[in-house]
Amino acid sequence: MLIARVVGEIVATQKHASHEGRKLLLVQVLNLDGSDRGDAVIAMDAVDAGVGDKVLLATEGFSAMTSVGRPNSPIDMAVIGFIDQIELVDGVN
Amino acid sequence: MYFGRVVGSVWCTVKHPHMTGKRMLVVQPLTPELANTGKQLICGDCTGAGAGELVYWVRGKEASFPFAPEEPPMDTTVVGIVDEVHVKRPAPNHRRAQRKK
Repeated sequence: MLIARVVGEIVATQKHASHEGRKLLLVQVLNLDGSDRGDAVIAMDAVDAGVGDKVLLATEGFSAMTSVGRPNSPIDMAVIGFIDQIELVDGVN
Repeated sequence: MYFGRVVGSVWCTVKHPHMTGKRMLVVQPLTPELANTGKQLICGDCTGAGAGELVYWVRGKEASFPFAPEEPPMDTTVVGIVDEVHVKRPAPNHRRAQRKK
């Protein structure tokens, strides 16, 4: 799982039937310090997240498709939680 | 899923039998601001997307699920045609400029 921030939404009418009825979010993967890490990706929404939220991103097929309740569908990323706080312990790397 | 634009298509006459009848597209990955990023790649297609269209695609084993019960050896498949993109963040260049201040 990765830390990410929701930066937008996309709208698609012509899409795979299993994607109907769920929001598609543009999420930017983040480093621990909050800076951008690579390019933004598209994830299906399992928790009703919105733009600006810091979220937990599942980036593997099985966990993503089961979290949105669509088994055996072409989904490889899902937003599966909101991040309230990240705690790092000093001196432990 | 990843975001991109279809820039062409690929023709193969000799291919894996399960790939018969499957369209293959050349896709350029894009940032949410529609700037090119990374290298072009070949994706299968289950939507009927054509050149110039904004699309999103899946990567991995999930890429063969739209063609079930067939299991074509595809690792990327276009699964949707994007109509609208709503982005709400400062453009990356803008942010870089801010950081320098």
